[in-house]
Amino acid sequence: MKEIRAHAGFPIKPVYGPEDLADVDFERDIGHPGEYPFTRGIHTRMYRERLWTMRQYVGFGTPNETNDRFKYLMAHGQDALNVAFDLPTQLGLDSDDPRAEGEVGRVGMAIDTLADMEDAFAGIPLDRVSVSLTINGMAAPITAMYYAVAEKQGAAADRVVTTPQNDILKEFIARGTWIYPVDPSLRLVADLIEFSARHYPRSNPVSVCGYHIREAGCTTAQEMAYGLLIAAAYVELMLARGLPVDDFAPRISFNFTAWGKIFEEVAKFRAGRRLYARMLRERFGATNPRSWMFRTLIGGGGSAFAVQEPENNIVRGAYIALAAALSGAQTMALPTYDEAYTIPSAKAQLIALRTMQICAEESGAADTVDPLAGSYYVEALTRAMEAQILEEMAHVERLGGIVEAVKSGAIQAEVARQAYRFEQRLVSGEIPKVAANCHIGDAPAEPDREVELYAFDPKVAAAQVTRLERTRRDRDRGAVARALGRIRDEARGTTNLIYPIMEAVKAYATLGELARAMRDVFGEHKEPVKF
Amino acid sequence: MKVLIAKPGLDGHDRGAKVVAQALRDAGVEVVYTGLKRTPEEIVQAAIQEDVDVVGLSVLSGAHLVLSRRVIDGLRAHGATEVRVVVGGIIPPRDIEELLRLGVARAFPMGTPLPEIVKAFKGSV
Repeated sequence: MKEIRAHAGFPIKPVYGPEDLADVDFERDIGHPGEYPFTRGIHTRMYRERLWTMRQYVGFGTPNETNDRFKYLMAHGQDALNVAFDLPTQLGLDSDDPRAEGEVGRVGMAIDTLADMEDAFAGIPLDRVSVSLTINGMAAPITAMYYAVAEKQGAAADRVVTTPQNDILKEFIARGTWIYPVDPSLRLVADLIEFSARHYPRSNPVSVCGYHIREAGCTTAQEMAYGLLIAAAYVELMLARGLPVDDFAPRISFNFTAWGKIFEEVAKFRAGRRLYARMLRERFGATNPRSWMFRTLIGGGGSAFAVQEPENNIVRGAYIALAAALSGAQTMALPTYDEAYTIPSAKAQLIALRTMQICAEESGAADTVDPLAGSYYVEALTRAMEAQILEEMAHVERLGGIVEAVKSGAIQAEVARQAYRFEQRLVSGEIPKVAANCHIGDAPAEPDREVELYAFDPKVAAAQVTRLERTRRDRDRGAVARALGRIRDEARGTTNLIYPIMEAVKAYATLGELARAMRDVFGEHKEPVKF
Repeated sequence: MKVLIAKPGLDGHDRGAKVVAQALRDAGVEVVYTGLKRTPEEIVQAAIQEDVDVVGLSVLSGAHLVLSRRVIDGLRAHGATEVRVVVGGIIPPRDIEELLRLGVARAFPMGTPLPEIVKAFKGSV
């Protein structure tokens, strides 16, 4: 019989039975939904009371174009937004910076000043819609802009629900939008968490992402292990500032992926929830049950998809949605079937949204809480996954902890090694991929003519630069210079930088100016290149 | 043979670049990897200094046309016309012809099997 292994590495048996659960203690390990340690989910009634939030990742071109797409998805029943920014925005470059050539408005919308942010959310009431901002190195200024727009709209601060990603450690490991060295980058993460905890109590100022690390090649167990370690690193930062854990921990959220083997994914989240709950309660002493809850977006991951016969990706997306629902996701977002070619078309976005709606309304996956609980297989797998996650965490601790392992590049090298192993297993056929390495038909490896691809409009950059020039001309230059000077001064000290950043943002300082002011003091990160 | 695997522009996705670099190294090719966010000028300098036979650019952000053109122009300006340039990443089919017209020797769009990429490099593209 062929050996089958989980993506985490351990073998899967052909049959599971009661003997596999001999050491599982129901109260200690599984318990009840909505109760510590939350193995079965963080709410007692889960989707019977509130369905997961549907939040497709959207953003491209100018803020006005993105605003139109937001409204299109909301008109079709999407209830929250998940904003994509272009790379110059993510890296703190103005749209007319020479390094931004060819990148303006490509992978997300371009934001240069508060004026752009005002356009992006025009007609979208920020006291009623929750918005995720996929922004990390520039999370502080972009979130400050978001708060400023909410304020201008007249939204009460305690009704503003936003989730800036603000997870810089995973950027160093996997996604690459780092700017400053590790330590000042961590200070900015902590400044935003602290500021938000004080002034925007319903915002989720950090979304810890295992997702991107998995996309970069790590295993399922590593995805959860690294995510938990990163969360712990941020908790420690805040404790070091003297903030009581229950003042900020309830607003920590997560972003993970669920592609691949459905039951392994479910086990990963069940194990992750109880490990996180134990960590927050036992290690960090949190007493508010909300601090113990692993609240997560579960999304797809383009690496689940294949470029061959792209329509098959719609089917893969449906399995991801099912896995996410069975895993107890709070929020869901799916990759679109055309991702291997370009950024999503409106049609592909709508199909992804419809996929989640079909899963929610038709499949029955939302009818009862944690429907796989008690399955010999899933409970045994949850135990195996928990053990594997703990082992991966211990490995990183032996490297000096997650922050040190990021600085040395050891963790990046491990992820690259796993990515290569995964690719080798794809080549050998050990990991099957239909129409890519098995069941290969005569179909050419190009999109069907019916696949309508999003066409990038090269005029976007010119339009964005014109707008930037107008904003620069119309603002109070003295106010901008004073605010930027204050950022430089305070960057040298230890005060919370969000206050001077907020002042600069409101004076219509550009993102490039803000980033430069901090770069003047912090310097730039030097990537430890290892592979 | 010697290869420079490079990440031009602002794109931070380095999985493909690092996988190809490891596969080439295992196939006995000498590989230099630039790390993320190199300018085309830095890549041209590195290619000349390291005296490589092939430059492999990895771009997943959609900026492949602009960045490839600038690397190829830079190599030409330095008289390094014998250095071949290949591009991998999220390359829509409609752009492949344009890349070849710019002087790119091969394009490896998403989904190209790893052995095919290694074989192309070993056969000097």
